[in-house]
Amino acid sequence: MNIVIKNKSDAPIYEQIKEQIREQILDGKAKENEQLPSIRQLAKDLKISVITTTRAYNDLMEEGFIVSVSGKGYFVASKTNELLRERLICEMENGLEAAVVNGRNAGLSDEEIKTALETVLKEISDSE
Amino acid sequence: MENAIVIKNLCKIYSGFELKDVSFNLPKGYIMGFAGQNGAGKTTTIRSILNMIKINSGEITIFGKDNIKYEREIKQDVGVVLDELYFTRHLKIKSIEAQLKMFYDNWNSEVFKSYIERFKLPYNKKCGDFSKGMKMKLMIAAALAHDAKLLILDEPTSGLDPVARDELLDIFGEIIEDGEHSILFSTHITADIERVADYLTILYNGKIYETGEKDEIMEKYVVIKGDAADINEEIKKHTIGFHNYRNGFESLYKAEYTDLLPDSVVVEKASIDEIMVYIAKEG
Repeated sequence: MNIVIKNKSDAPIYEQIKEQIREQILDGKAKENEQLPSIRQLAKDLKISVITTTRAYNDLMEEGFIVSVSGKGYFVASKTNELLRERLICEMENGLEAAVVNGRNAGLSDEEIKTALETVLKEISDSE
Repeated sequence: MENAIVIKNLCKIYSGFELKDVSFNLPKGYIMGFAGQNGAGKTTTIRSILNMIKINSGEITIFGKDNIKYEREIKQDVGVVLDELYFTRHLKIKSIEAQLKMFYDNWNSEVFKSYIERFKLPYNKKCGDFSKGMKMKLMIAAALAHDAKLLILDEPTSGLDPVARDELLDIFGEIIEDGEHSILFSTHITADIERVADYLTILYNGKIYETGEKDEIMEKYVVIKGDAADINEEIKKHTIGFHNYRNGFESLYKAEYTDLLPDSVVVEKASIDEIMVYIAKEG
């Protein structure tokens, strides 16, 4: 898990942590069931308050990105996790909406947009 | 939540200075930064906690035990780093250890030695001749050698260079990592608090100005700047330390009223330094 804190950033530190862990989970860099550093380890490593890291983890749990296993620590939620799945679907829908709006703005027909989506689907399957 | 320190209505009267009704808690396993100008009462509060001065009224408990009644017992679990070295100045590390060992039931020579080595403190030099950073490290090594569950540091970072300060913050993180150790440290270098502290207490003129979770306190205030003609009386009521300069005004402001501000006013995060400066300007 890679986390970089920007002191000059306007975003509060807990949000920076949250955002970075979230991104790494969404783009698959953090694998499902991977263990995260403990709240206190992370605070020590980043030289920040324990309360700040606690807040970031609590938010991530509420949003379904990570789960806490008592006595063991925090883990990246498995993709079958209902909350995470919902979140991923929501991200997909937002992405599709943006794609369609861009496509229409470019003057593409619905058929052309569907063809573009199929091409992307095929490209990604091929690269996997 | 279990508390390492609970202070209730602490009062201490000196001629010309008074510590008034100071109350705060430090939960176990966390770091509290203790901020305030020189003379705000930080050292007086710390001395009261350590029963080094007689308080006029109030109650202080450490790990749930009265700090005066159970002083001997409590001191076994408390490590202290003061602004000045309190070890015999003409002695070298070995002799100092021999003295300290007699006081503490659970003194661990191995741990002491490991920190002396890690901090690269010289065995062949009188500790009175140590640099400021080395003295501080020696006091920390001593505190850790008897596994102090509560570490109280008075201005540990003042007079330290940036590298030594950074090392100290690293050590803080290590100390509290297990959730069993707690730290109270006073400082006027608030950048240190901003980073590492979980809780913050701001003293002003012998009174508590703010105490609680650091993030919550810092979210309560913003700094605003702009043209004084753009703000109304209602807005002015929520300013702290308002000051009008020739080229515009600057003030601390209660963040909950940010919606009242016109777009022309610049709103910025407030640092602890800024909060303290504006509190002092407000007087």
